[in-house]
Amino acid sequence: MHPLRLARNCTVSLPLARSSGQFSGWGLTGGQVPAYLDEATLHQAALYVHWPFCERRCTYCNFNKYISPSIDHDAMRDGLLRETETLLSVSQVKEITSIFFGGGTPSLARPSTIARVLETVARVTHVPHDMEISMEANPTSAAASRLAEFKEAGITRLSLGVQALCDRDLRILGRDHTAREALQSLEEARKLFPGNTSVDIIFGHPGQNVEPWEEELEELVALCDHHVSLYQLTLERGTGLYKQVQEQALSIPEQEELAEMYQAARRILGRAGFLQYEVSNFAKSGAVCEHNLGYWRGRQYLGVGPGAHGRFIPWGEGKSLREARIQTLEPDDWLREVRQFGHGTRKRVQQTELDILEELLVLGLRMNDGITHQLWLQCSPSLSLQEAVGDSPEVKQYLEKQLLVLDNRGLRCSWEGLALLDMLLPALLLQLQLSYQKSVTHSLPSTGSVPQALGSTTTAHT
Amino acid sequence: MLVGLGRLWAAPPPRGVCRLLRARLRQQQQHYSGSREPSLGGRGGEATGRGESRWREKDAYDLSKFPVEYIRNFSIIAHVDHGKSTLADRLLEITGAIVKTDRNRQVLDKLQVERERGITVKAQTVSLFYHHDGKTYLLNLIDTPGHVDFSYEVSRSLSACQGVLLIVDANEGIQAQTVANFFLAFESQLMIIPVINKIDLKHAEPDRVAKQIEKVFDIPKDECIQISAKLGTNVDQVLEKVVEKIPPPRAKLSDPLRALVFDSTYDHYRGVIASIALFDGCVQKGDKIMSSYTKKVYEVNEVGILRPDQYPVEKLRAGQVGYLIAGMKEVKEAQIGDTFHLQKQPVEPLAGFKPAKPMVFAGMYPIDQSEYTNLRKAVEKLTLNDSSVTVHRDSSPALGAGWRLGFLGLLHMEVFNQRLEQEYNASVILTAPTVPYKAVLSSSKLIKEYGEEEITILNPCHFPDRLHVKEYLEPIVTGTILTPDDYIGKIISLCQSRRAIQKNMVYIDDHRLMMQYLFPLNEIVVDFYDSLKSLSSGYAREKAYSTGKAIAERLKDTIPQQLFEIAIQAAIGSKVIARETIKAVRKNVLAKCYGGDITRKMKLLKRQAEGKRRMRKIGNVEIPKDAFINVLKRQKDK
Repeated sequence: MHPLRLARNCTVSLPLARSSGQFSGWGLTGGQVPAYLDEATLHQAALYVHWPFCERRCTYCNFNKYISPSIDHDAMRDGLLRETETLLSVSQVKEITSIFFGGGTPSLARPSTIARVLETVARVTHVPHDMEISMEANPTSAAASRLAEFKEAGITRLSLGVQALCDRDLRILGRDHTAREALQSLEEARKLFPGNTSVDIIFGHPGQNVEPWEEELEELVALCDHHVSLYQLTLERGTGLYKQVQEQALSIPEQEELAEMYQAARRILGRAGFLQYEVSNFAKSGAVCEHNLGYWRGRQYLGVGPGAHGRFIPWGEGKSLREARIQTLEPDDWLREVRQFGHGTRKRVQQTELDILEELLVLGLRMNDGITHQLWLQCSPSLSLQEAVGDSPEVKQYLEKQLLVLDNRGLRCSWEGLALLDMLLPALLLQLQLSYQKSVTHSLPSTGSVPQALGSTTTAHT
Repeated sequence: MLVGLGRLWAAPPPRGVCRLLRARLRQQQQHYSGSREPSLGGRGGEATGRGESRWREKDAYDLSKFPVEYIRNFSIIAHVDHGKSTLADRLLEITGAIVKTDRNRQVLDKLQVERERGITVKAQTVSLFYHHDGKTYLLNLIDTPGHVDFSYEVSRSLSACQGVLLIVDANEGIQAQTVANFFLAFESQLMIIPVINKIDLKHAEPDRVAKQIEKVFDIPKDECIQISAKLGTNVDQVLEKVVEKIPPPRAKLSDPLRALVFDSTYDHYRGVIASIALFDGCVQKGDKIMSSYTKKVYEVNEVGILRPDQYPVEKLRAGQVGYLIAGMKEVKEAQIGDTFHLQKQPVEPLAGFKPAKPMVFAGMYPIDQSEYTNLRKAVEKLTLNDSSVTVHRDSSPALGAGWRLGFLGLLHMEVFNQRLEQEYNASVILTAPTVPYKAVLSSSKLIKEYGEEEITILNPCHFPDRLHVKEYLEPIVTGTILTPDDYIGKIISLCQSRRAIQKNMVYIDDHRLMMQYLFPLNEIVVDFYDSLKSLSSGYAREKAYSTGKAIAERLKDTIPQQLFEIAIQAAIGSKVIARETIKAVRKNVLAKCYGGDITRKMKLLKRQAEGKRRMRKIGNVEIPKDAFINVLKRQKDK
């Protein structure tokens, strides 16, 4: 039988969440197929590989990273290879659609480590010949000198953490490079990865205001390649910068000014031919990052490396519900677990259909295109977008005020709405929960029990 | 200018008491560390002074050596910050109140447990051994219970005494509570020893204050002891006067036991600990005693004196003051003012007992309804130690489930709230207080329904229709106002506007005036004090405007920015008197949202969605609960 049709039958009469208990312990792919992925994407996944080490701590960064004087490169390589193999096997993924080496500072890894991971993936699964393989790099001269080697290893796309073009700002941010080094690195990267070099830039740092920011961005636009990621500085608890701002040693721009900077940047990039395809991402000539689009479209992804996150169905373990997984954070612990169990998965949470729809709603609306009807129905065959969120008076108000658009293409933010997305989402989520609950109650036989809309959590290695 | 309410603000607030207590704790800890030699009193005939002489412990607590003639029971009364606790500290030091004994470890442990358990040890009675003219005296300093700063309870404490030290600040002079306290002591026919404190201050005017005392209290000015409790100046004289001027208690050892309960505390391990003053007879472990009020019978487990920690003794005798533990489970069983006697030998109870009656009621609500259970537990624990608070469940459309609590007075209410916050870390919304009313019913049908002719109404919703009511009654209190005479006109018209009736008005010196009024409690329970203060600082006219402005500002601070601009206006009728604007948000979106950021973001958004479910909307404006709270709750007096 056609798996998709089966899936639909299954969901209409028996929503997935309700059956979760019964599925555990069933054999492999025994004909039960989740409804939320079509045939094409069912056995596809993106792969994220986390390199947890940095040379120094940036004052704004709260990522899972470690400043280690000596890295055991061989051990890390073996760990990454082993976990990649395990997770590919657990997920039974047939095709890897993109790979992203993030960190930390993955440009500190040996090119050979990168090459070996790629070889492993290619050995176990199908890999399209033009697959996007991205890597983050710090624009230091040391990294720049090795870019060619990374290209040799298989990297096809580079994301360069330029962050600012002024040395004072770079110092406040605690970056390990100067503006001059950054521009040299950018030049080098563009030579090696023409059309596939992205530049990260941060706005809203202490002491910044609109005009210099506009000049800085204009300067960058003139020099950069086809992709820009533009991030408003987020003060994260526990970072050095957070502390300095708390102690009033530094002050960041007012909300009004930050909004102004963001809108100014959107205009400048737009004029320069960059299409904003997500809240913080801009591309020209279609040079979007496929890997990241996968997250926002609710696709599966495997997370390899300390603290990496994943979202996939562990078919290989006889499960057919998608899980949200997190690997062990600390590199030494992670390595030990990988050696012992083949993977360092620390936390697994089964996701219900509603969980998945909630994520799709939250992530999908970050894209310029929003959530198309097609994308939504792949995950939600029984509840249309209109049914899912359209009934809320607040959502109607958002539509009226043209913050949101719901038309025959799908649901998306307007230009103004995108900047305010986080204020729209709570009402949208609430309505989705209410509509979903209603539809589940309706579709159940009157004697049936009401499903629990909660996934179960498993910790450590089972 | 200060106002003292005869009924409500009779004694200093608990702050000073806490200070006193902390000082004692410090002392005990210091002592336990062994830095000081044990010192306690002296054998008969030895010189007096600071720990010059030594007693053996056995002698120290043999209370049979103290017949009535060698006992003095006294209290210290004062206006806020006039130095009551400092003087008490000095008296403890002079008499070496803390001894180093084997028991000190227990004392310390016990206190730690108390602190861990969050019980406040209330201000206590201290037995001091003092040597004067070759004799050793047992001086019992009886502190009024920490929070019960109200005339009835203070008068009960005073009834265990024969004299008081009335402390007046040499700089500030007589204040409202000085007057209220004086009259309490005066009515109890106690010996009053005036003490002018803080003579070390630069602007001290002890002579002017002595004249005030002469004028107002009719005590010759040369009887005032001028001291500096801070520096210890002349403090010795205070104890000498206590012995010389205060008469020993009129007590008969040969009569059957008659003991007054003047305070009670609750200990999680030992139950109720009652502070008692023995008027007649004696009491010891194993005695069967009975409460005159409840008629319940208890077997005495332990008696002892307070130094200020509990120190068990074999027997308490007539005239002495100490504590008693007798297996009582609730503080209500040891009501302040009750009389204990031997089960087999009933006696005439001491006069004047009446159970505490709340006079001020306020709604109390958790700031977040999820805190309801915790708050309930905290309120339960706190009322264990304070039987005068009444608790009724209540609910409000804006604030959810809560309680209507009854307090003895405003200060009591504030103290209770403060203790909840400090000891139980509970934050609560306290609504504006109201007072109880009485209605004398005329309709026989209603009388039948209520079962009595005169009913008490706590909640305005329960007011019976006036058609069926003969008359309504409301609580009345005496208020004492001391003020420079510049404000006399304004104050008189303020009091008249509050339906007050003047009782008297006297000049206490060239410029200062004392006025006494009968006030309906309801008229002064909320903002009388503020109004009175504003008379002198001249902002009364601007009050409506400033209140409107303040509320608008408070709302501006608590209502988060939303998708559109919000105007907040304060209006009287249709006239807008204040306006604030909350600008619309222009940007609010997470910058980075990739694979590893999703879980965290979803958690946050789901919480916000859940919050939205419970958010109240007025028009299109979402109002968080804090905003209601900020407008509804009483503002602290500035």
